[in-house]
Amino acid sequence: MSSKDIPSKLYKAREPIFPRRVSGQFRNLKWIIMILTLGVYYISPWLRFDRGPNLPDQAILVDMAHRRFFFFWIEIWPHEFYFIAGLLIMAGLGLFLFTSAAGRVWCGYACPQTVWTDLYILVERWIEGDRNARLRLHRQKKLDFRKARLRLTKWLVWLLIGLATGGAWVFYFTDAPTLLRELLTGQAHPVAYLTMAVLTATTFFFGGFAREQICIYACPWPRIQAAMMDEDTLVVGYRHWRGEPREKHRKAVDTSALGDCIDCMACVNVCPVGIDIRDGQQLECITCALCIDACDDVMDKIGKPRGLIDYMALKDEPAEIAGQSPKPVWKHILRPRTIMYSALWAAVGFALVFALFIRSDIDMTVAPVRNPTFVTLSDGSIRNIYDVRLRNKHGDDRPFEMSVTGDDTLQVVVEGVSDQTVIVPADGTKLQRVYVIAGPKSSLATTDRTPITLWVTDRTNDDRAFVATVFNGKAN
Amino acid sequence: MSNQGKAKDPQKTKDQVETTGHSWDGIEEYNNPLPRWWLWTFYLCIIWGVGYSIAYPAWPMLKGATTGLLGYSTRGEVAEDIKSFDAMNAEINAELAAADVTQIAPNTPLHDYATNAGAAVFRAQCLQCHGSGAAGAKGYPNLLDNDWLWGGTVDEIAYSIQHGIRNETDDARYSEMPRFGVDELLEPEQIDQVVEFVLQLSGSEFDAGLSIAGAQVFADNCSACHGAKGLGDRDQGAPNLADAIWLYGGDRETLHETVSEARFGVMPAWGQRLTQAEVNAAAIYVHTRGGGE
Repeated sequence: MSSKDIPSKLYKAREPIFPRRVSGQFRNLKWIIMILTLGVYYISPWLRFDRGPNLPDQAILVDMAHRRFFFFWIEIWPHEFYFIAGLLIMAGLGLFLFTSAAGRVWCGYACPQTVWTDLYILVERWIEGDRNARLRLHRQKKLDFRKARLRLTKWLVWLLIGLATGGAWVFYFTDAPTLLRELLTGQAHPVAYLTMAVLTATTFFFGGFAREQICIYACPWPRIQAAMMDEDTLVVGYRHWRGEPREKHRKAVDTSALGDCIDCMACVNVCPVGIDIRDGQQLECITCALCIDACDDVMDKIGKPRGLIDYMALKDEPAEIAGQSPKPVWKHILRPRTIMYSALWAAVGFALVFALFIRSDIDMTVAPVRNPTFVTLSDGSIRNIYDVRLRNKHGDDRPFEMSVTGDDTLQVVVEGVSDQTVIVPADGTKLQRVYVIAGPKSSLATTDRTPITLWVTDRTNDDRAFVATVFNGKAN
Repeated sequence: MSNQGKAKDPQKTKDQVETTGHSWDGIEEYNNPLPRWWLWTFYLCIIWGVGYSIAYPAWPMLKGATTGLLGYSTRGEVAEDIKSFDAMNAEINAELAAADVTQIAPNTPLHDYATNAGAAVFRAQCLQCHGSGAAGAKGYPNLLDNDWLWGGTVDEIAYSIQHGIRNETDDARYSEMPRFGVDELLEPEQIDQVVEFVLQLSGSEFDAGLSIAGAQVFADNCSACHGAKGLGDRDQGAPNLADAIWLYGGDRETLHETVSEARFGVMPAWGQRLTQAEVNAAAIYVHTRGGGE
């Protein structure tokens, strides 16, 4: 192999993309989704929810320091992490469902990368003008005052948006008004500033400069999704049987032999990832549907029916080419696969709601001490030791009383108190040493292992919880 | 963009992808160039890696690895952590050292701190003899039960830890059982008799005939320390012989050995090695294992 065989380009520079402004139903939908998602993201940490004097009043709070997650009336402790796991499973199944039904809708409408890029492009358009103006500015080699001013203004606005992004993120993890005050007075924890700096930088860079490069090269999701689409999945496509042969309509040309596509490049010019949808389904396509809006607009102008570029399924292509009507949309969406995803999604959801309702406000875990398994007391009675973790999820301190069932002769002693009752702090836990004693020569004292049940009772309202455990006697 | 003519199949409208020229059995390798920023990222990582290996310990040499310009080491980091924890705890340690251990009430922050700190002291210093679960072993008392040789209140435990038992310091708890057999203080048959009496005291099986004679031997030789009923005497560290707990063993052979050769359990004066706060913490920890009085 000679050096001539090595191709000239092993690496290529990013080709800048200047999406043109477009209006239409999908663009409007994307605006609405952008307002909703960004609105929820920015406003959520500032919502208040009264939980009483001992608990934070922030409606949505991920309290890492105290290992609590608050969501309005729901409070999740670390041992209830299965709720988070369940929500993640639901998110996964939801993505499967949407992808099998309508392709990369997540990418096209709701992904933060898409939403922020959309916002950054909007800012770019406000400051530098639409596609042609931006192209001219890009091609202008000389850095004059105007170009410098436009670029700096754009970058400054991007930077401010990025800063607001990082700011909103840190507010989820601590009391938002307090943190804002500390941030402004320079007293916040360095981690808060660092997090904001990192998120500002990534948002600025990903939304402003990397854009579609993230989707094409950095994100694994397009590959996963490609494997989850099938011939019934609705994706953005081009009706080439209707559009071809494409030709710019000129007076001299006989238009009757031509397709509907007038090769106006509107679909290419509005594309945020810089592809030509007429080349077919491509890895780069995030199915934002802006080309549909652009093409529909052109079709209206030249008096042709809409839908030259449209959401459609692969299965419909032969039928449409043969002149038959495609399957209705609901038949593409309602099929065993999507129904199964929905059912699984709902089942996990129901299970989580069920778990949420049956969980108790008091709880304990019991670890029988096995080193040693029992202690002989001076009168010959046998004592077992249990390390009990008591949990009080109430917003006030509660007296918890320990008791045992299994044998009436068993006696319970709680370390550090004269009765069997300890105070467990509000929204907290207490690791308590509990002793169970069987009298000398009693049956439990002389039996190897006997099942017993430890009970904890909240003396305020008589709520109870129990854990089954064992009592080890001195056999022989 | 001249798409006329070949525009029927949209898949072919794009220019054919360049190939690398490699061809194996007719399979050609396409050249889909990587983005150039990817290459830059790669170079940046190399530069970062070089800088990192200069700044941090990295390259293996004949004697250990290079230390790095920043002088970082994991051991040093641990030492820093320990120092910062010590600084954090300095105040409560001072409070604990100055406190009267009997006055530290359970379920107070100081008591909780002492219990946890005492657990750390115990795991470092005490478990070699008393066991990781404080259950003791032959000759090393079980600290979980309610039988105490020298007293089980928190201040008595603190004293035992501070000054130790039968060591060479002046304030150590001290007592010594005579070697009744070795030093020929008792005749062999008297030892047999008193062993049967002790077995009777503790509720074990015994020889009634020998035991009656043993009672007299016990009253003459043992009751001064162990008491007339064998209940022991904590002032002298004399064990209770009438309960279910034995430090060295309660069977006939072991008791014979104990009476003949005596026992001399020793514990160091931990006050010489631990801070006052650590002694107090260990005392509170031991006191809260279940046997505290």
